[in-house]
Amino acid sequence: MDNGRPANGVAPKVASALKTFLYRIADDELIIAHRNSEWTGLGPILEEDIAFSSIAQDKLGHSLAIYSILHEVFGEEDPDTIAFTRSEKDFTCCHLVELPIGDYAFSLVRHLLFDLAEQLRFEMLENSLFEPLAKVARKVKGEIKYHLFHAVTWVTQLGAKGNEESKARTQTALNEAFPLALGIFEPGDHDDILKGEGIFEGEETLKERWLTALTSIVEEADLTLPDVQSVEPAYGGRKGYHTEHLQPLLDEMAEVFRIDPGAEW
Amino acid sequence: MLIVDDIWTALKEVMDPEIPTVSLVDLGVITHVEITDGNVARVKMTPTFAGCPAMDYMKNQVQEKLEEMGFDGVEVEMNFDEAWSSNRLTEEGRRDLAKHGLAPPPRFEGALQLDLLNDVPCPNCGSRNTELKSPFGPTLCRSLHYCKDCGEAFEQFKPL
Repeated sequence: MDNGRPANGVAPKVASALKTFLYRIADDELIIAHRNSEWTGLGPILEEDIAFSSIAQDKLGHSLAIYSILHEVFGEEDPDTIAFTRSEKDFTCCHLVELPIGDYAFSLVRHLLFDLAEQLRFEMLENSLFEPLAKVARKVKGEIKYHLFHAVTWVTQLGAKGNEESKARTQTALNEAFPLALGIFEPGDHDDILKGEGIFEGEETLKERWLTALTSIVEEADLTLPDVQSVEPAYGGRKGYHTEHLQPLLDEMAEVFRIDPGAEW
Repeated sequence: MLIVDDIWTALKEVMDPEIPTVSLVDLGVITHVEITDGNVARVKMTPTFAGCPAMDYMKNQVQEKLEEMGFDGVEVEMNFDEAWSSNRLTEEGRRDLAKHGLAPPPRFEGALQLDLLNDVPCPNCGSRNTELKSPFGPTLCRSLHYCKDCGEAFEQFKPL
């Protein structure tokens, strides 16, 4: 460290921006994984039960991969400690992923809105100049393709190919989830730094791509996307301000860890 | 004096814990094998799916296998340096999947297109008159299908 640079070769200002960015992504993955897993045993049909459980497992793997970068490159705590011991205010997930599973329409629409953003985000990150993240992006993009395929298939099925009730319930879910989903792209001070370093093109660019892709999926499903200008994005999650639903989830998630931190099974 | 080929041969005997007809070598998860000047065996692996719960188990199996061979040290590392794709499965691996009743994944070029999930040949009767029931199956790496000719449900090892 004689040259003033830390062992990982990342300048302190960039490291701080990267950590903020990585925690946002990994926290989203961890919390949505937990929510998706709540469908295990409750899915409306067996295949859906399995689908949500599988997606949960994948998401957990993605959060592990990113917490591992935080641990190995930036000297943060090990992934289990990060996942199970932080308090609510230290989490920077967006509100969308915190909400309870609701009815099946809400979970499906959330799944669509979230996974579309994930797919586009990781596509952008494949060529990131921060190589550890680019490697994870190249790895998980194929998995997310399956997630998005599942979401689009079912939203289209319930919308364009469904009946009056399924379509109405899916539309209601979309109206409810859309402002929450805009919270995925909550701006932050790290954005410009990462852009300047060639690490990530920024939340605003991602949001524009997401809106374009989402508009055509929603049209195909014969649903109506709320006007982005007329809704209030659910911001705050990225700064540690959460809905009342996050803390109970964290309590439940960490229950075993608190009893026996070294438990294995 | 052990050589690199001895490691490959030994790892052919380490099977996938969930599909015991397929070796880890044929599954394509072994990405690098070397023996250092100090007689240390060094193996790198890549996970099939990032959330695969069998990752640690596979890594330990490889570690144990190498430790039996008489090296002065064994290092096994799992990383994403080379992302796994179903195209990494060997021809033998594909046959071994079929032995377990699984349809092997089709090879693809460029980006994966999921219309590959339709018309998967039925491993029971060979018909292509089949349909996808769900892209998610009993493990992360399998999808569920139905054969309209022989009336059997079957699983495919997913293209990725």
